[in-house]
Amino acid sequence: MPENKKTSTISPSGPPPAALNKADSGSDVSRRSFFSWLSIGWLAFVAATGGFFTMMLRFFFPNILFEPIQTFRAGYPDDYTVGEVDLRWKVKHGVWMVRNDEGIYALSTTCTHLGCTPNWQPTAKKFKCPCHGSGFRITGIHFEGPAPRPLERFKITLADDGQIIVDKNQKYQQEKGQWSDPEAFLKV
Amino acid sequence: MESFKSVINYISNPTILVTAVLLIFPFIFPPTEWFYKINKRLRLDKLWTGKGLLVMTVVTISFFIFGLGDYNFKSIVLKPDNVPISGLILLLIFFTWLSMSQAYKNDALVEKGKSVDEYYDAPNDKVLVWPDLVYVELISLILFSAFMLIWSIGLPAPLEQPANPAESPNPAKAPWYFLGLQEMLVYFDPWYAGVVLPTFIIVGLMAIPYIDSDPNGSGYYSYKDRKLSVSIYLFGWLILWNVLIVIGTFLRGPNWGFFGPFEYWDSHRLEALTNVNLSEFVYVKWLEIGLPQSILLREAPGLILVFIFIGVLPVLLAKTILKKYYEDLGPSRYSIFVVLMIFGALLPLKMYLRWLFNLKYLISIPEYFFNF
Repeated sequence: MPENKKTSTISPSGPPPAALNKADSGSDVSRRSFFSWLSIGWLAFVAATGGFFTMMLRFFFPNILFEPIQTFRAGYPDDYTVGEVDLRWKVKHGVWMVRNDEGIYALSTTCTHLGCTPNWQPTAKKFKCPCHGSGFRITGIHFEGPAPRPLERFKITLADDGQIIVDKNQKYQQEKGQWSDPEAFLKV
Repeated sequence: MESFKSVINYISNPTILVTAVLLIFPFIFPPTEWFYKINKRLRLDKLWTGKGLLVMTVVTISFFIFGLGDYNFKSIVLKPDNVPISGLILLLIFFTWLSMSQAYKNDALVEKGKSVDEYYDAPNDKVLVWPDLVYVELISLILFSAFMLIWSIGLPAPLEQPANPAESPNPAKAPWYFLGLQEMLVYFDPWYAGVVLPTFIIVGLMAIPYIDSDPNGSGYYSYKDRKLSVSIYLFGWLILWNVLIVIGTFLRGPNWGFFGPFEYWDSHRLEALTNVNLSEFVYVKWLEIGLPQSILLREAPGLILVFIFIGVLPVLLAKTILKKYYEDLGPSRYSIFVVLMIFGALLPLKMYLRWLFNLKYLISIPEYFFNF
C-alpha cells in the first residue's frame, strides 16, 4: 500500500511523468499508425460479427425441411356419420371432419385465440378450449370466451377414386366470407 | 362443514370475490384522508401489529388445514406446481405486514416528533463488503441451496409425455407466475393481454420515479404521507397481479371454467356462456336493425366508448377530481400517470363486463385482427 501511494502522487509543479513524455514524442505509436491500427481493428471486428451473423442467417435455411404432409386422403364420404364430429385425423393432421345433412367440412383444430387445441364435447355439442375457455359450435362459429373469430376450414375436394382430399395449404375464414367457397365444403 | 364449504364455493364466484376484495381494499390500504380516518376508526391498523400478523397467519393456515380434509381442495393444493402459491399467500401476508407495520410505526414516531426507525446517526455510516456482506450472502446461499434441494427431492416435478400440439391438457395452465397473464388473456385478444398490457406494466413500473418525485418518505417506510402512492401500487401488485394468480391456481378448472375451491372438477359441466360483442348488443339487441355492413359503422359504439375512456376522461379528470395532480405534475407527466391508471382500471372493468353481461369485445374487427 505505501509504495502504491508514492507512485501515484505527482506534484503539479514537477516535470511531466515519463509515460506522457513518451507518447508525445511518438516514438512508439504515431498518430498516423494509430489510425491504421484502428481501421484494421474495426475491419476485423466487422468481419467477425458479419461472419457470425451470416452463419446465424444460414441456420434459417436448413438443407432438409421436415414438414408434415399438408395434403391427405381422408377416406370416403360414407365413412363419416351425419351430425357427428370425427376425431380420427385430429392427432395426425390437426383436422376435425364434420358431416351434416348437406355435406362434409374439415375444421382446423387450432383455437383462433392463442392456438391451443380445443376438445370436442359431444354432450354439450361444442369445441371447448382448455387454455382460456373459448367455445365453438359444431360449425366452427365462436360463441364463448375470448376467441375473436371462428375456427378455420380447410380445402376439401373429392378425388377421382371417390376419396376425400383435405388440403391444409388452403384455408377458408368465415369472417372474410370464404366459407361460401365451393371448395370449403364438400356437398355429398 | 358442508354448508361452510358451499358458502366458500359461493363467494369464490369471481363477481362476488373480486367485488368483495375491491370494496375492502380501500379501507385496509386507504388512498385518501377520508378512508384513512375510517381505517383508524375501525381499528384496521391493528392488522399491522404483531397480534394482527398472528391472526392473519393463523386464519390462513387453519383454512388450508381445514381444506385439506376436502378431496378436491387437497388435490389442488398438494399438486407440486401449486405448493409455491400456497407459500406465496403466506409470504405475501408476511411481507405486506412487514412494510405496513414499519410504515405505521414510523408514522407514529413522526407524529410524536421523533426520528423514524430507519434513521441511523453515525459519523461513519459504512458497512464493509468483506467480510460483513459476503458472509451474510454466503450463509443465505447455503441455506437456500439446501432448501431448494430438499424441496425438489420432496416434491418432484416429473417429466410428462412429450408435448403433442394436438392434445392440450385440460385445463392447460401457465406456470404459476404467468397465471395472472393467462387470466388477462381470457378477457382480451392476445396482442393486448399478451403484449401491450405486460409492456404497460414494465413501463409503468419504470415510470414511477419520474411521476412520483415526492421526497416525503424517501429512505424509510411511511404511509400517512404517501397514502395514494402506496395504495395505487398495492392495488396493482396485490389485486391485479396476485389475486389473479390465486384465481388462476385455485379457481380455474377444466375448460378454463370457474370452480369453487371445494367443487369437483367436472370437465363435462354444462355452462351456457354465449358472449356477445358490443356492436351486437347495440345493433341487434337494442336497435334491432342487424349489424351494418361497414366495419367503421359497425364498431362505432365501441370506438366512441374507448375514445371517451382514453381521450376524453383524462381531460375531464384534470379539470375536476385530479385538478391538484394536474397542477402538480404538469401536462406530460399527468398524461402518463392518467393513461397508466386508466389502462389499469380497464382490466377489472372488462372482467366485470364479461361476468355480468357476457360482453366479449368492445371493438371487434376480426377482419384485421383488432379486438379490444
